[in-house]
Amino acid sequence: MRHIISLLMENEAGALSRVAGLFSARGYNIESLSVAPTEDPTLSRMTIVTSGSDAVIEQINKQLNKLIDVAMVMDLSEGEHLERELMLVKVRVEDGAREKLKHAADVAGGRIIDTTEHIYTIELTGSCAELDNFLENIGRNLILETVRTGASGIGCGERILKL
Amino acid sequence: MELTGAEILIRCLQEEQVEHVFGYPGGAVLFIYDALFRQDKVKHVLVRHEQAAVHAADGYARSSDKVGVALVTSGPGLTNAVTGIATAYMDSTPMVIISGQVPTGAIGEDAFQEVDAVGITRPCVKHNFLVKNVKDIAPTIKKAFYLARSGRPGPVLVDIPKDVSNHKTTFTYPASVTIRSYHPAGNGDSAQIRHAVQMLLEAKRPMVYTGGGVVLSGASAQLIDLVRLLGAPCTNTLMGLGGFPASDKQFVGMLGMHGTYEANMAMQHCDVLLAIGARFDDRVIGNVEHFAQIPRKIIHIDIDPSSIAKRVKVDVPIVGELKPVLDELLSVLRGGKLTPNTTDMAAWWKQVNEWRATGGGMRYKNSSEIIKPQFVIETLHQVTGGDAFVASDVGQHQMWTAQYYKFDKPRRWINSGGLGTMGFGLPAAMGVQMVNPGATVACVTGEGSIQMNIQELSTCKQFRLPIKIVALNNGYLGMVRQWQEFFHGNRYSETYMNALPDFVKLAEAYGHVGMRIDKPADVEPALKEAFARKNDLVFMDFRTDPTENVFPMVPGGRGLSEIILAEEL
Repeated sequence: MRHIISLLMENEAGALSRVAGLFSARGYNIESLSVAPTEDPTLSRMTIVTSGSDAVIEQINKQLNKLIDVAMVMDLSEGEHLERELMLVKVRVEDGAREKLKHAADVAGGRIIDTTEHIYTIELTGSCAELDNFLENIGRNLILETVRTGASGIGCGERILKL
Repeated sequence: MELTGAEILIRCLQEEQVEHVFGYPGGAVLFIYDALFRQDKVKHVLVRHEQAAVHAADGYARSSDKVGVALVTSGPGLTNAVTGIATAYMDSTPMVIISGQVPTGAIGEDAFQEVDAVGITRPCVKHNFLVKNVKDIAPTIKKAFYLARSGRPGPVLVDIPKDVSNHKTTFTYPASVTIRSYHPAGNGDSAQIRHAVQMLLEAKRPMVYTGGGVVLSGASAQLIDLVRLLGAPCTNTLMGLGGFPASDKQFVGMLGMHGTYEANMAMQHCDVLLAIGARFDDRVIGNVEHFAQIPRKIIHIDIDPSSIAKRVKVDVPIVGELKPVLDELLSVLRGGKLTPNTTDMAAWWKQVNEWRATGGGMRYKNSSEIIKPQFVIETLHQVTGGDAFVASDVGQHQMWTAQYYKFDKPRRWINSGGLGTMGFGLPAAMGVQMVNPGATVACVTGEGSIQMNIQELSTCKQFRLPIKIVALNNGYLGMVRQWQEFFHGNRYSETYMNALPDFVKLAEAYGHVGMRIDKPADVEPALKEAFARKNDLVFMDFRTDPTENVFPMVPGGRGLSEIILAEEL
């Protein structure tokens, strides 16, 4: 099953590689990983999207907690949560498809942030599934380039991950 | 007054009451060695290879309650140390390894003797640090010792660039340390402990299974009380030997791949299993699916939550330090009205004793013609009164020692259980002898393992370490040969040890005493003579039966009750 795990860790050189190394050394899946400092610059917040059986996910949580630099771990998928991913996608604009593409971006809540005669670059935020859907809708043969940040997640309401 | 980084490092070691550092000098640690030279509180033991420095620090820590310390230079110094670090990590030895690094300005430039020490060691340390500022040396060393010895212990590496060791700052050693992202477990959950007691008292076939955690945490006294109160059989893992006295009638021997028949059968057939400081690894319970075929309730006490429910499902997990958890378990047991059901226990012991009547499945037929390796270990036990520190290498001799040297005390059995590192024995024995001067220290080894760190005979001479080396020389890499015999059609691919040195002459060349023993009748006299030489290292080259195999054996991937006993073959 797909899980989205959030963690707070020391914002120190090498901390990221401890997490990445843990996943590769123990053979855990890693779908995406996004990381950046928090409002407290000594802490980084990481969101990891992974998948595995309940037993594997339990081990992933325990092994992450075992890393000395990791301060807190929360499996967001265990409760109400929100997840968002940012995507920039560059598409080829065929004659007559201009309006259709603009409309598709509007409907998905995206913005066209760069245009040339034959190319649009669209910025879109949403859940991973929403981004996947958007790409399907516009047609993969038009896509020149995509870049995605991987999911960032946060708990709903009172579910707060903070030291 | 300002001190250099190197001087600060040595002052930190003094503050941590470090008496011995095992190491090897080099370019990146020149300032540190200079600071060592200009003081006399911390003594340096010069090994002959960095791997040995780490194994020696490891043996030092395992046979005492101290943190072992090793010091190596950058590049090859560090890479040579990696096997030792990984060995310590697998067996949770508290250790601090200090490595030199190229100057900060040269890092990343492929400088001479540069290697990414923090990167290379990351998967085999509890934690590691690269110190980039001289001001960070003291707090980092404080953290390193705290991390190494607290919680589930382990090796911690501190990498210090050469320029940092020569920069100056004022020295203050932090009085205390807190790491906001690190909170090792303390007491166990009281409700879970009461639940466990209830389950144990209602059990018809209870079993206690303990590992290296009991030895590391010094919880033997509590374990003995607990096993007595429960009246249950107790088994130890390879790492746990000595945690419960082997001579006790409730002890059913070691379990696992080369464990006794009764330990493995009781493990398989119990209805409530109490696991303490052990981790259900593949050499211990064999095939997980086979193990799960017979339903049993499992109570698992461990300081490391990630050891719980890793390979088997656990009904009552208890995370905590073993001593306080066992103390609380004992007080609940003593305070309650329930006691184990005597009828059930009598029936259970009748069964266990029937299994036991097989002789544990580890009979061997002694000979008057050729030396049986098991006989050497039995005689070693007798000659040393069962009270020696025994360091071992890895292979058949390791298993025979685990089986036949009946350890009654913790911290006496020093072996590489997790990583299985050949070459561990002799340097580990050096560490044991350094921290236990005057104690009887034996190193049981084979002609294969001993050659992996044979150069340490020189260190033993320099530091007058009177270790007794018991080499079971069968001319083969015996454990591999055994697997080739059983599972690879007797094709002994590269396991015959050709062109062996004359170990007697070799020992003499290093300034020690060498003995060669060919006949069974000479085994006891040789051991007696060797151990009577209190001040000498004696290398005993026992020529043993090359066809002897370790029994019983649970073949890899099989279940515990699929055990092969000696007499079946």
